[in-house]
Amino acid sequence: MRIPILKIKEYLLVSIQVELDDQTVLEFQEDLLNKIAETDARGVVIDLTSVDMVDSFIAKVLGDVVTMTSLMGSVTVLSGIQPSVAITLIELGITLDNVHTAMDLDQGILILNRLLEG
Amino acid sequence: MGETIRIVINNEIDIVVARQKGRELSKAVHFGIVDQSRITTAISELARNIYLYASHGEIRLSIKEENRKKGLEIIAEDKGPGIDDIRKALEDGYTTSNGLGAGLPGVKRLMDTFSIESVPGEGTKITALKWTK
Repeated sequence: MRIPILKIKEYLLVSIQVELDDQTVLEFQEDLLNKIAETDARGVVIDLTSVDMVDSFIAKVLGDVVTMTSLMGSVTVLSGIQPSVAITLIELGITLDNVHTAMDLDQGILILNRLLEG
Repeated sequence: MGETIRIVINNEIDIVVARQKGRELSKAVHFGIVDQSRITTAISELARNIYLYASHGEIRLSIKEENRKKGLEIIAEDKGPGIDDIRKALEDGYTTSNGLGAGLPGVKRLMDTFSIESVPGEGTKITALKWTK
């Protein structure tokens, strides 16, 4: 199962709406990096509004994606992390440090605009 | 109610199956949305541990009842290498998998009760339970 990655102007938008198995999340990592290289996207928003469970593996891959995109010169914002997911991640002992986050897709784009301004 | 759901863990897809079953069951017992997330995540971590360390094993889920309270019990059992030092495995930050899992302390925090039986060379059995509020 491939997660669709949409290009809007100089940004890439991803809304994760599927149950994330290991294979899907690793394919997504690679697809996103390739798409950034292809499109020269300056920013990415990954929206997690529909994701009701993030375990340590998914969290690690998402954290890695953020670092990898930044190595490529792009900026990634994670948006829409659900309250239940935030609580579970912290209790599990996972802190996504140095990750830009936003309440929703809209805010995510505003944050990208601000970070990439000028 | 006394029924046990058994999910055999042999590959990565089985991890997803286990947590989907856990989600269905925790919904059926009317756990709140946060507890559903805790339970599903705990199952995912325990199933991943089986896959990472033992390659094969199983997750068993069942509903418990005590003093009119309902609970969901997760048993994760494998015949893998076992845990050499259980006390160490329960320390935050301790890992033998290079940080692929959150480790057992995280799972313990997500659940209400948690116990491990493990014999090196024979296998591991972890039992964890969450009660409805």
